[in-house]
Amino acid sequence: MTMDKKISLPVITPDGRPPEAQPKWRHDFPIDVPEADYVARRDFTKFMVLTSFAFVIGQFWIGLKRAFRRESAGTSAQRIASVAAVPVGGAVSFSFPKPNDACLLMRTGTDDFVAYSAKCTHLSCAVLPDVKNNALRCPCHNGLFDLATGRPLAGPPSRPLPRIRIEVRKGEIFATAVEERMT
Amino acid sequence: MEFFVDPSRCIGCQSCVQACSECDTHKGQSMIHLEYVERSVSTQTTPVICMHCDSPTCAEVCPADAIKRTADGVVQSARKPRCIACNNCVLACPFGVPKMMVEFDLMMKCDMCYDRTSVGKKPMCASVCPSQALFFGTREQIEQSRPNAAPLNRFQFGNQEITTKVNMMVPATHAARVEHIDVAAALESGPTERRVALSVMDPGQQGVR
Repeated sequence: MTMDKKISLPVITPDGRPPEAQPKWRHDFPIDVPEADYVARRDFTKFMVLTSFAFVIGQFWIGLKRAFRRESAGTSAQRIASVAAVPVGGAVSFSFPKPNDACLLMRTGTDDFVAYSAKCTHLSCAVLPDVKNNALRCPCHNGLFDLATGRPLAGPPSRPLPRIRIEVRKGEIFATAVEERMT
Repeated sequence: MEFFVDPSRCIGCQSCVQACSECDTHKGQSMIHLEYVERSVSTQTTPVICMHCDSPTCAEVCPADAIKRTADGVVQSARKPRCIACNNCVLACPFGVPKMMVEFDLMMKCDMCYDRTSVGKKPMCASVCPSQALFFGTREQIEQSRPNAAPLNRFQFGNQEITTKVNMMVPATHAARVEHIDVAAALESGPTERRVALSVMDPGQQGVR
């Protein structure tokens, strides 16, 4: 099936030859708006098929990437500090699981430790511990997180801070895993 | 409705220049050129508007595909997202119409006040021209009001022949004889000597040069 091109103007080319004898670029870049805006059904179909094909490839790519990430996700426990080095109400910063992932360990009681990622979930500013007031503060936009759960209490952040699972083995504190939470 | 330009009627009043800048599609810039024909010998001026060629040279030379012609044959200003301000069109246009707006990095040209003419109104310049050197109307109107002139829309620039949407008024006696206006030849020949005979004096005694 073909559609008739509707061009109201006579196509006059500089060399005077008919439109059929013109080079391909002249057909690809027509001067007249109706011709330039014209999309043939075949071109449209080609575009739709190729675009959907690209989406399918993209989905597979995302799936594969996720599978690979899961395989390499097994992080080993990392020593943070000894229990004696952290006073009650004190905080220690560390990196886990990678050197650039800043985290915070806080001692809320004699036997109670909590650790969170130090990156604010709003715009990744470094959050500051405020153990006395049971909170973590982000100075950039006055974000406020609950110390016990890591959930946002005030300000722009809407997601809780990722929690770092910790273990105490023979007086040493170890980070074992990162717990990402969406709500 | 067609556009007719009659340079011989131009009185150089600059009205069209002012009116042009008030058109909504021109963003406060005047797109019309008001040129002296031969400044050293005459005060005659002529308005230069876009002639809207059937094969627009400005669009032919545009490397960015920025100049487009709409379905009614009006060649539009360069499209802002595409124009690379390369000046090709300014140099190529045989009539010297496109203007390079350096402050916008954009070529702007007469678009026959597209917001007005596309809805049947006159372009700004034609609506203010006191001598109607710029006339926008039907062919019947111009034939009726100007019996001594005839519209011509074919121009010759060297080997390039151009047919335009806008008409140039030429003397009717001339229009019957020529197929096109040979612009290059007109540029080479100087103004012709003109003999003026005043009827108050006896032409037999002495002609006044």
